[in-house]
Amino acid sequence: MEKKKMLSRSGGGRSAFVSVLAALLCIVIGLVCGYLVLLAINAEHAWADGFVRILKGGFYDAPYGVGRTLANAAPLVMTGLSVAFAFKTGLFNIGAAGQYTLGAYGALYCAIILHLPWYVSLIASAVLGGLWGAIPGLFKAYLNINEVITSIMFNWIGLYLVNEIIYAGGTGPMYDARNTRTLNLRRMEGAEGVTIPDFGLNDMFQTNSTTIAIFLSIVVAILIWVVLDKTTFGYELKAVGLNKNAARYAGINEKKNLVLSMVIAGALAGFGAGLYYLSGVSEWNPLNSTTLPAMGFNGISVALLASSNPIGTIFSALFISHITVGGSFLSTRYYPTEVADLISGIIIYLCAFSMLFRGKIAKLLSGKRADKTGTKEG
Amino acid sequence: MAEDYVIEMLHITKEFPGIKANDDITLQLRRGEVHALLGENGAGKSTLMSVLFGLYQPEQGTIRKNGKEVQVRNPNDANALGIGMVHQHFKLVECFTVLDNIILGVEPNKLGFLQKAEARKKVMALSEKYGLRVDPDALVSDISVGMQQRVEILKMLYRDNEILIFDEPTAVLTPQEIDELMEIMRGFKKEGKSILFITHKLNEIMAVADRCTVLRKGKYVGVVDIAATTKEELSRMMVGRDVQLQVEKAPAHPGEVILDVQDVTIPSATHKKNAVKDVTFQVRAGEIVCLAGIEGNGQTEFVYGLTGLEKLSGGRITFCGKDITHASIRERSKAGMSHIPEDRHKHGLILDYSLENNMVLQRYWQSEFQSHGFIRKDKVREYSDRLIEQYDVRSGQGSVTTARSMSGGNQQKAIIAREIDRDPKLLVAVQPTRGLDVGAIEYIHHQIVAQRDAGKAVLLVSLELDEVMNLSDRILVMYEGEVVGEFDPKTTTVQELGLYMAGARKQRKGE
Repeated sequence: MEKKKMLSRSGGGRSAFVSVLAALLCIVIGLVCGYLVLLAINAEHAWADGFVRILKGGFYDAPYGVGRTLANAAPLVMTGLSVAFAFKTGLFNIGAAGQYTLGAYGALYCAIILHLPWYVSLIASAVLGGLWGAIPGLFKAYLNINEVITSIMFNWIGLYLVNEIIYAGGTGPMYDARNTRTLNLRRMEGAEGVTIPDFGLNDMFQTNSTTIAIFLSIVVAILIWVVLDKTTFGYELKAVGLNKNAARYAGINEKKNLVLSMVIAGALAGFGAGLYYLSGVSEWNPLNSTTLPAMGFNGISVALLASSNPIGTIFSALFISHITVGGSFLSTRYYPTEVADLISGIIIYLCAFSMLFRGKIAKLLSGKRADKTGTKEG
Repeated sequence: MAEDYVIEMLHITKEFPGIKANDDITLQLRRGEVHALLGENGAGKSTLMSVLFGLYQPEQGTIRKNGKEVQVRNPNDANALGIGMVHQHFKLVECFTVLDNIILGVEPNKLGFLQKAEARKKVMALSEKYGLRVDPDALVSDISVGMQQRVEILKMLYRDNEILIFDEPTAVLTPQEIDELMEIMRGFKKEGKSILFITHKLNEIMAVADRCTVLRKGKYVGVVDIAATTKEELSRMMVGRDVQLQVEKAPAHPGEVILDVQDVTIPSATHKKNAVKDVTFQVRAGEIVCLAGIEGNGQTEFVYGLTGLEKLSGGRITFCGKDITHASIRERSKAGMSHIPEDRHKHGLILDYSLENNMVLQRYWQSEFQSHGFIRKDKVREYSDRLIEQYDVRSGQGSVTTARSMSGGNQQKAIIAREIDRDPKLLVAVQPTRGLDVGAIEYIHHQIVAQRDAGKAVLLVSLELDEVMNLSDRILVMYEGEVVGEFDPKTTTVQELGLYMAGARKQRKGE
């Protein structure tokens, strides 16, 4: 009996253990594949000038690189959270990219046109992102249209809409024709207070875009974890996600919860865009942006790598950001610049397999138990 | 060899890590007999059949066909030996026709071209011979469960199997279809085919089987001649103790009206007609009213309407004197309505939630279990542990067990514990014992009677006539969405109920 109790205690820990193990396995396989590609392109320099640099990530050029890793990780935590949150409630939010786009617009409009303080702009980005998430949610709840299809379509609708509004034939007030981008938040007039403060982080990392965004994203991740794990609201959301018939039976308004969870997912993605653009990491390019922001899709990898655990997304986002920054440090003498993207792409892609590995590892570890339950049906 | 055994499984032992699913089990099937395999859930019936069918390899023991030792490495070997099986969950291609399903895997062909005419002739001949009425051109997705089962049986016959295994074949059938199946089995017997009939329903064994092998907890208990035994004897062998097949209950003392249903009409989700038509009745405190009927006559829809899962298109529901016709599910639940749902996986449980989270599914929002929107996990654990203890819900790891990993009987016990412990004024129990073994059924029946005796109103919906006759204080028969008769179980008979259930008779209103 005592033994049984101990087993039961380890039940939750065990699944977390399996998740972490699966994530690590994915990372290792991804790194090996990346290394093979480096070998294929330029075998001579593959190790020291290639692989090691990627592994070192931002530390290759510390502290500047580390600052960049942190700046990039903040929005990635948020889009990862967006996807993870939706997963937990039974939805696949492939629309994080579109919600991110709308969030970017919200943040930039408030900052450039209205000169609002950064925290107001951040809220605006979350609101617009949430609005964009609500649409697929409403379609799903009331017309039973799969959220994957609608959110993919709304990705593109959002992107072209935002590009069109910002560009406005080259005359948009937010558009800086010389740079073919939106105005630089730090150099434009009335820039006081529109960007997220850095509290000396920029000096520390010798960058100009490392702000407290990463800490804000960590706070949000913890908040989301608390909501999902500790509150009745989270209990309801997960119930709807796992079995909406049973949730309905228990008197939970499953339609309302479904829409709400898409709104929250959208707000998280939008907030991520706010963190990115209000930190001044880069400006929005309405001409070049015929591809959806990679942040949105990388959020899927972040979520998968983290097994949809909100706290896990912090670490998986940091890792993916680390690898991406490392890739950018690849020597252009030996490797074409695209290789950096290719390598981090391969690793990120393999991260998405962690779900698959998790199943396999769990089976391996508890093969005995699985057999036992197999005989339960008399 | 004195006896003519067509299949013998001798001293089969199959171990899974930590458990002996089959421990030295012997089963001998005579030629031309119906042999029942009886045991509770988890007794090892499925494992034994999987061994026979080549899905598992036993650690010890031998299988003999016609006295000769054979190896069954996979289902193809089993097929070659003439062993066929109707699985509990049918293995049919929904979007194929009946004929295509029957010939699937053994399609007759000439130079790669299908010879369907030939196949059709054989299928129709078999269908004729055994009275297995099917429409060969109908899509499987369009035909009834009973007909799907006939398709499965024809599949075995088409492959010229002579050893037919039926795994819990009656679980999905109506009383009429069960009778038909019994008749078909007798027909097979006459043709010299041998039948293994896996079940835990004693009535069916008594009706059709010649002998019965009983398993308990992976061990062989014995084999008995049906002619020389009784239901009581069988159930004692199966459960290991005396089981009350009849529910002991005192006469009811109905009190005030708890539920008053007036002219309730509910549209059907699948066809244009109403699923429930002008249903009117009352349930009083301290009585068990049973809605009886064949599956699909509006009982499911009525319960959906009563509990708020579906909207009414007409009529009125009054609960404890309050009109709840348009109330939400949560409002009904708060007012004191408990619901043991028909489908425990669809509605009753969130299978991937832990047992404790399922235990509070109907009351997680109450102040006992949350403060300021935060779930009080210690209280949830405490409550769940108490229910598990009090209602004897067994699971691998107690409160933290994932509901999915629990046996069907214990899942149902958990639901019953949850719904009864809310101290409801009305308990709506829909097929509360479906698919459960004798021990669990006995327990659940006791709980339901105890609720009645505690002054609760109970509305029971059941397809099992035994259960209907056993438990209820009043019986309402539903046919095609209408209540066609009201009966007192003490004065009516199963035969009379059957006539009303089949629509052959109907009481006028106010009669």
